[in-house]
Amino acid sequence: MSTATSRPLARLGDLTSNRQDSTDTNVPPKIDVEKLDFYYGDKRALQDISIRIKPNLVTAFIGPSGCGKSTFLRTLNRMNDIIPGTRVNGKILIDNVDIYTSGMDVVQLRRRVGMVFQKSNPFPKSIFENIAYGLRINGMAGSKSELAGRVEESLKQAALWDEVKDRLHESALAMSGGQQQRLCIARALAVRPEILLMDEPASALDPIATQRIEELIYDLKKTYTIVIVTHNMQQAARVSDHTAFFWLGRLVEYDRTEKIFTAPAEKLTEDYVTGRFG
Amino acid sequence: MSQTAPLGLTGDPAARTVAWRRFTDVAFQVIALVVLLVALGALGALIWDIVSDGAGRLSWDFVTSFPSRRASQAGIWPALVGSVFIILVTAVLAVPVGVAAAIYLEEYGGRSLGARLIELNITNLAAVPSIIYGLLGLGLFVRMLGMGRSVLAGASTLALLVLPVVILSTREALRAVPGSLREGSYALGATKWQTIWYQVLPVATPGILTGLILALSRAIGETAPLIIAGAVTFATFAPDSIWSPFTVLPIQIFNWVSRPQVEFHANAAAGILVLVLLLLSMNAIAIWLRDRYTKKGAA
Amino acid sequence: MSLGPAREPRRRSKRFEFIIEWVLFLSALLSIGTTIGIILVLTVETVAFLREVSIVEFLTGTEWTPLFSMPRFGVLPLVAGTTLVSLIAMAVALPMGLLSAIYLSEYSSDGVRRVVKPVLELLAGVPTVVYGYFALLFVTPVLQRFLPALSGFNAVSPGIVMGIMILPLVSSLAEDAMRGVPRGLREGSYALGATKMQTSLRVVVPAAFSGITAAFILAVSRAIGETMIVAIAAGQQPRLTFDPTVPVETMTAYIVQISLGDTPQGTIEYRTIFAVGMLLFIGTFGLNVVSAWLRERFREEYA
Repeated sequence: MSTATSRPLARLGDLTSNRQDSTDTNVPPKIDVEKLDFYYGDKRALQDISIRIKPNLVTAFIGPSGCGKSTFLRTLNRMNDIIPGTRVNGKILIDNVDIYTSGMDVVQLRRRVGMVFQKSNPFPKSIFENIAYGLRINGMAGSKSELAGRVEESLKQAALWDEVKDRLHESALAMSGGQQQRLCIARALAVRPEILLMDEPASALDPIATQRIEELIYDLKKTYTIVIVTHNMQQAARVSDHTAFFWLGRLVEYDRTEKIFTAPAEKLTEDYVTGRFG
Repeated sequence: MSQTAPLGLTGDPAARTVAWRRFTDVAFQVIALVVLLVALGALGALIWDIVSDGAGRLSWDFVTSFPSRRASQAGIWPALVGSVFIILVTAVLAVPVGVAAAIYLEEYGGRSLGARLIELNITNLAAVPSIIYGLLGLGLFVRMLGMGRSVLAGASTLALLVLPVVILSTREALRAVPGSLREGSYALGATKWQTIWYQVLPVATPGILTGLILALSRAIGETAPLIIAGAVTFATFAPDSIWSPFTVLPIQIFNWVSRPQVEFHANAAAGILVLVLLLLSMNAIAIWLRDRYTKKGAA
Repeated sequence: MSLGPAREPRRRSKRFEFIIEWVLFLSALLSIGTTIGIILVLTVETVAFLREVSIVEFLTGTEWTPLFSMPRFGVLPLVAGTTLVSLIAMAVALPMGLLSAIYLSEYSSDGVRRVVKPVLELLAGVPTVVYGYFALLFVTPVLQRFLPALSGFNAVSPGIVMGIMILPLVSSLAEDAMRGVPRGLREGSYALGATKMQTSLRVVVPAAFSGITAAFILAVSRAIGETMIVAIAAGQQPRLTFDPTVPVETMTAYIVQISLGDTPQGTIEYRTIFAVGMLLFIGTFGLNVVSAWLRERFREEYA
């Protein structure tokens, strides 16, 4: 269980491969996207995206605003289905199953592929109820003591338990922004997803809260496959193992993070990471 | 604006225009204020008139007696019971259908042609005069479905009358629920109905309740539809089941006002006071309910 | 632990969701049923009525005496009564409502608005039977002091009171329309040195014209359909006249009059209320449609 200041953060150039390397091409990808196009009505927002995301790693999507990285993230759990008029061409395979086939149970997909939003959105209920909700609707609640145990476990996973264990039945809206976001992470983890999608999870938070979230991500990747969208390049460099650079709806380059930030193959990538355009 | 010559008749045309314009500006404001004062005055006169005519007649006896040919002995009890009874049955009929329809239109219907037609239809229905609903109730509930002149027929008629208002205000309440709440729920693997039932509705409930009470407050004052579709005007008994004949406060008041004897006019005024008291208590209950729900929802 | 096809518990919830959606849809469909019901009930009885009375006599006859032994079914007296009362109501409600709206939208401070708007809402919320009492037992006697020839039942008392009742509607709808006019237009006018009154009357009101007209038309529709005020204070003597000091009967008051009596079903007297009701429905429906269309056009102009 990490605390706020005990773990040093990785720095650019500090990244060596002493971690288990699932960038090893023998490990099958968790998410395999093949030639994905995405349309809002007539407007094409994503063009010809192909990418293989490895399990138990953190993959970052970076790019200037409007480049489609959030849209792409939301296709991975079919969150865009809620918006009318959207259309998808191509395939997204998770564990080798195309999630856009007609037989796919979207509801179950969303449990397995969890999402944390840019602006934290705790339910206007107590802290306990926020987490219990996801368990109950998925039939994972169990007995009263089992439920309490699962809630505690999720809060511990999100490094929030110590701070809230005495006020579980108070309103979630009374917490600070950083705490609310960690609650949303705990809520997502409670239903035991395999993949966690995070859309700019720390962009609305102060630097200390951000640091805690980044440490959390570092811990979580042992168990989960994490995809994080961020506009903060330093954050991507600190936190991720692989990075994908998007521009105007296309995937420009995708490689190990240290390579993207030190020796990118594409000029466009180099221009972006060196700050030549925003 | 620069300070120019005073309001005098100097030769400067610009100065005169400015002065004239300022005068008309002030005059306009005065006229507008007078208009508003007239409206206020009318309300004041109304209240004063009713209270002075009726307060003397208002008593516990009056509330609990039955109508009679002798004005001094007449009371309002059957009408009061009738009004309360009718409103309750109307609510029972209108709320489930109204809320369900609003949920459909707001959460499921989207912009499909069917949904838009239904919306248009509801907006139209909200503007149809209430007397037409009375005719509908007469033809459909009283005659065709054979309910006769009963509480059920009257309540069904009123339910149809308030339905558009309930639907419109429920939709507003649903629309006020932020989309991020729904998204958060979907992202956890909840189905649409689970999201609506466990997240959206609890948050929207205070707004729905307020809209409902507004609709029922209107319904309590409705006279014409019930005269046509069911009520009797001289009730000597209070209704005891949904199949009994009944009358309501506004109709009793109407009955008394229509009599030439002055004593009955006092009864009518007292009846109006009872009606107003009933309306105020309904609104008070509504506010209390809404506050209770708002507190519950927050934690 | 991979994502496989849907398992048993989920399939049951899928069917449940499907049923729920259908139940909700049928509830929404009920509103269409209401409209169909109204049209059907009115049409059936009106058609039966017109089998006995020619439509020409109905729409152009000048005597309405359906209960006499020599019945006449010309509806014009009722239409005249409705028109007369509504005109008086509009003479009160439209100018006052518009002025009130201009004041609230362009001039008033928050303090004034906080007092005035609840008062207007109260005025709109008073049950019409109370207004009827007020018209008959307060307004008429007061007017009789200035006009001794005024009959106890007349058109001017309910007209004025109805105007006061409808004033809040005109005021709030017109205010909405004026608030929809973009600030830029007002600022352009002020920048030229115009006063507030000139800006309001010459720029804002014309810009909000279709919205304001929509409000006016809706007010007329409301006046035409109003029942209790006229039933109590206007009288029960159908009369083709434009004299506001004598008793008249409106279409709505007639329907109430017959319903209070003992008219058996299937008789021609019974059918008259539906025929008159049909006329009323068509009139108000037409006005409502025009008003809605104008409001839509206004919204498009300033979307």
